[in-house]
Parts: sequence; C-alpha cells; structure tokens
Amino acid sequence: MHSHFSNKVRQDILPGLRRRLAPGRGAVSAIPLLWLGLFFGLPFLIILRISLSEAVIGLPPYTALLEWVEGDMPSIRLNLANFALLWQDSLYLDAFLNSVRIAAIATVLCLLLGYPMALGITRVRESLRTPLLLLVILPFWTSFLIRVYAWIGILKGNGLINNLLLWLGLIEEPLRLLHTDLAVYIGIVYAYLPFMVLPLYATLARMDSSLLEAAADLGCRPLCAFWRVTVPLSLPGIIAGSLLVFVPAVGEFVIPDLLGGPDSLMIGKVLWSEFFNNRDWPVAAAVAVALLALLVAPVLLFERFRAKGPAA
Amino acid sequence: MAGPQPELAAWQDPTVAPLVEIQGVTKTFGSHYAVDDVSLAIYPGEFFSLLGASGCGKTTLLRMLAGFERPDQGSLLIGGKDVTDLPPYRRPVNMMFQSYALFPHLSVADNVGFGLRQEGIPRREVKVRVAEMLDMVQMDGFARRKPDQLSGGQRQRVALARSLIKHPKLLLLDEPLGALDRKLREHTQFELVNIQERIGITFVMVTHDQEEAMTMSTRMAVMNEGRIRQLGTPSELYEFPSNSFVAGFIGAVNQFAGRVLNQTGDMLQIHSDSAAGELRVLSQQVVAPGSPVVVAVRPEKVRIGVEPPPGDNPLQGTVEEIAYLGDVSVYHLQLANGVRIEAQLTNHARRTVAPLTWGDQAWVNWDADDALALLE
Repeated sequence: MHSHFSNKVRQDILPGLRRRLAPGRGAVSAIPLLWLGLFFGLPFLIILRISLSEAVIGLPPYTALLEWVEGDMPSIRLNLANFALLWQDSLYLDAFLNSVRIAAIATVLCLLLGYPMALGITRVRESLRTPLLLLVILPFWTSFLIRVYAWIGILKGNGLINNLLLWLGLIEEPLRLLHTDLAVYIGIVYAYLPFMVLPLYATLARMDSSLLEAAADLGCRPLCAFWRVTVPLSLPGIIAGSLLVFVPAVGEFVIPDLLGGPDSLMIGKVLWSEFFNNRDWPVAAAVAVALLALLVAPVLLFERFRAKGPAA
Repeated sequence: MAGPQPELAAWQDPTVAPLVEIQGVTKTFGSHYAVDDVSLAIYPGEFFSLLGASGCGKTTLLRMLAGFERPDQGSLLIGGKDVTDLPPYRRPVNMMFQSYALFPHLSVADNVGFGLRQEGIPRREVKVRVAEMLDMVQMDGFARRKPDQLSGGQRQRVALARSLIKHPKLLLLDEPLGALDRKLREHTQFELVNIQERIGITFVMVTHDQEEAMTMSTRMAVMNEGRIRQLGTPSELYEFPSNSFVAGFIGAVNQFAGRVLNQTGDMLQIHSDSAAGELRVLSQQVVAPGSPVVVAVRPEKVRIGVEPPPGDNPLQGTVEEIAYLGDVSVYHLQLANGVRIEAQLTNHARRTVAPLTWGDQAWVNWDADDALALLE
C-alpha cells in the first residue's frame, strides 16, 4: 500500500508538479516581486493616494478620494494643491536643495576617505584583508541610533574632543561642534563610509594586477597608472558607492535631527515635522513622493551607464 | 647545423657587445631560490628563449629584466647600462604579458597608443603610428573595438603591437603563444619570427614548450631549479646535450646509466646494467675508467629489426608497444631486464624493415657516434 502510494507519487504527482512549476521559472522572480509589491508598491500607492487628498482634522486626517453625493455617480476628487505647495513655498525647495548639497559633499568626503581605504585593503597581504573588511563593517554590530548618540558625547561642549583640546591647552573655551553642519557631515560620513568602501573594494579587488604592471612597462609612473588604469576601471564601484551614500543621505532624518542645528534644514526633517508636528499628512506624503521621484532619477541614470559601459 | 655561414652569429663575434648582461643574479622568495646565481649574455638581434618547466625560474628572470622584481644579488645591464635599480617605467624594455594585460576600458587603438600618449607625443602622430602598428599585426579595422570584443588570437596581436610601438631595445615575451590553440600557435610562431627579423628588435621569450623554443629561437637556455642547465642553439641542445636533464627535457631520449671501463682513442667502452651489457660510445672528452656516465641516444637514431644487427650496441628484446603517429612510428622494446628502449622509424622506411608486431622478438642497435656519454 505504502509502496504503491510512493510509486504513484513518483510516477504521476511529481512530474505533474514539475510540469506545473517549470513554466513558472518566473516563480523564482515572483517572490521578490511579491515582496516589493507588498512592502514597497502598495505602501507607495497609499502614500500617493494620501498626497492627492486634503488635510482635515479627524481620523484619518485626510479626505477620501471618492466622494458620494447622494443620488449621483461617485466622483473622484484629486487634489494637486499639495504638490503646488511644494513648489510655491520655498521651504521645501530650500530643504531639498540643502539636503542634496549636504549629501553631495558628504558623498565626496566618503569617496576621498573610502577610496584609499579600499585600495589599501586590496594591497595588504591576503591574511589581513578579511580582518580589515570586518573592521569596516564592525560598526553595524551596534545600533545606528546608539552610534549617532555616541557622537553627541564626542562633540558636545564638555565632550571628548573639547575636553581633550582644553586639557592640551590648545583652546581656552569649548568649541561649538554639536548642532552645526560640521556635525552633520561627520555623522553622515561616519555612518555611510562602509557603503562606499565595500563596493569600491569589490571592484578594486577584482582588478587584474598585471594591468598596473603593463602600465608601468609602457612608461607610466605609479600616479599615472592610478589615474589612467585604476580609477577608470573602478568607476562602477565609485558610482555604486556614491549612490549608496548619496541616496539615503539626502533623505537622512536622524543625523541632522540629533547632530544638526536648528538651521541645518534637511528634507527628511521637514517630512517628519509635516507628519508629526503639523499632522498634515497630505503635504508630508507629497514631499515623500516628490523626494522619491527625484532620487530615482540618478539611479536610472546609473543603470543606463552600466548597461552601456564596459562589462568590466 | 645548416652549412657554414659566411658571417659569425652575434654571440660568436667578439666585436659585438652583448645587449643584455645578467651577472650573477639571485632571487629568493622566502627560503626558495627562484633564480640561483644566473649569468647570461644576450646579443642584439637575437630571438632568445628561456625554456623550462613551470617553477624553474624562467618567468622570475624575465620579470627581473622588465623591472617587476628586484634581484637579491647580482646586476642586470641593458645596452651596457646598469638597470638593476631602475623601475619598469624607466627601462628601454617592453613586455608582452602572458595574459596580454590589455586595458579593458580602452579601445584597441588606445591600448596600442598607451605608451606613446604617455610620452606626450601629439595625438596626430600617435594615430599614425598606431595605424602602422595595427597594420603590421594585421589588425587594421579593429582599432575601435574593445578587448572583450576580440578573439584570443586578435588580443595576442594587439598585445604585441602595444609592446612594440615604443621601439624598445628589448622585447620580453611571457609565454606569448600559451593561450592560443595548436593550429593558430604554429602559424603565429612563424609570424613572430618574421616580425622580429623585420624590425630587428631583440626578443627574449619565456616558454615551457620545447618545440616552440626550438622553432623560434636563435639560442635558448634550458633552466631547472633556478639555474641554467645548458645554453646554446636549438641544434646544439638537441644533438649535444651536456647533461641528462637537458637530454631528457628536449625531445625523447633513451638513457642508460653505467661506468666507463676503458677508453681507446675516441671510443669509450661502458658497462651498463640497465643495458645488460657493454655499450660503445664515441667521445672526444677524456674520461677516467670507473667514472659514472649516462649513455643517451635519441629514438630516431635507434635501428630496429628482426635479425641480429652487425654494428655496435646490439640489444635484444620484445616489442611491447607500437605507436603509429603518421609521419613516424614509435616502437617500445622491452629488454630481458625490464628496461625499455624507444626506437623511431620514419614511415617511408617502414616497408623496408621486416614487419614487426606486438610480442615479436626484435633487435635494436645504434652507431657509436650517434650516442652521447653524459658525465654527471
């Protein structure tokens, strides 16, 4: 009986299952698609829908999209005023441009710090590379929030840096470090540096070292070989690392909120205060939608570059 | 060797100064001697090969000439100038890499022109010289391709063009044909030699392929364990190996260890257990009785037949294997003591000998002046 059943499984059911699953090789890609649809697509649609409504005092704090007037067809009420406001009130544009500026500067700083680090790790002997890479990602073992709070302790008026400088006699009174743009840069560079180092390391480690020998053989000094061979070949890593730093840094909320001053206006902070201080969900949702649209653009540009560029 | 030549070869002519002088060079990696006290002179216009199995030190020696490794001891001279401490970018030397090392982000033209652009030569002139080079290696029409759009043979040509465009005094080639398939390799061998003769640049090639080295080189050095075991023209190395390593490395050889019994004139009488008897070898060198020697004889110099042969060195055994290789047939004969002898017959002569087959009793012999007595 048992063997009869297992034979039936082997002969009829399994091939049938296989047939049914085989054409759906897409089943594999269906899982991430489903995930993205459920946890990105759907929430985004909800946000988009909220951005097109009006703020009201109530629960939920926005108007419905469909309105039933008695005895009539339901009518759709699309409210584009929120997006118009983003354009009209200079607060949003300023905050956005300021965020882009801060994120861009922080990205360049990350690149300047991260490139020598990544290059250095590829040049040490094999047995040292893994420990060094581990050190790069070690901060992730601690909560992001706690690490940012730690910077408050380092930067504040009677924090580590000021105490050290006072003790050395280099300054007479504490420097104002916390709640400045400088603190925001320090925070962002510190938090996002690993995202720059790792993709750079990945491209640099893959590079054939005989290419540098070939450059030297053809008359290139080390610095020239760096600019003419190493940098162009690591361009995919530079772009990937820069996007991984730039995109989240633009929308960063925690770092400017905790380390920045009242004047370090960033779009993430604006978004937060629209939601929670003003309780204007439709405007906040409009900010979120606009931010997403503006940030998707560089990623698409990168993908175009990658599709066209060398397969190296 | 092919007839008496009116001119002396560069390495025989005392008025010609060597282009490359390697003087007592030693290079160690940890406790391993990669190159062990090597001295060597290479003359202008030569196509010189460093031949050896992998790990014999040939590549390390080449990389020291290029400047990628520094010798621990000794010095390197190129054109009479000491370059031991010069970095690669200041040596009048270019190298063609085994992997070709083409820059993947640059087009064929930019790869070839890389070394010229580096010198600050104007773009227009670079373009002209790149076109000339690509023409020479028959790659015109591929100038705008990227390396990953080329076949292995095409990449090899681009690498050659790139390494020649600066007109180096010396071109180093690291297994230049290693990545090509057999047919293309044979064709490219002759092409490389032609190019070398046309442009007159001295080539130093590293290879593990003895046939390749024999075909292409003016002279070659056989290396083993970081040392040069013998230096000479291909025919000198093949016909007159000075030791059993070289004899065994270049071509097939039958070797019999033995001891010298006596010497009368040029004739050595040698007793060899592995040949189960006495062997006669013509030798110019004076050898004391009792000295250990190895008798080496090439398979194509061994005759095989069913009747006991009249001449020197007759040995009897059983035909164990016959391999038909088209142009030649190889016979393996096993002596009563288990030692095997290889004999080679070119196939135009095959019908003139009594037909032999597996298991037959047969005789082999060779002339006393076709064997060599190698002193170890």
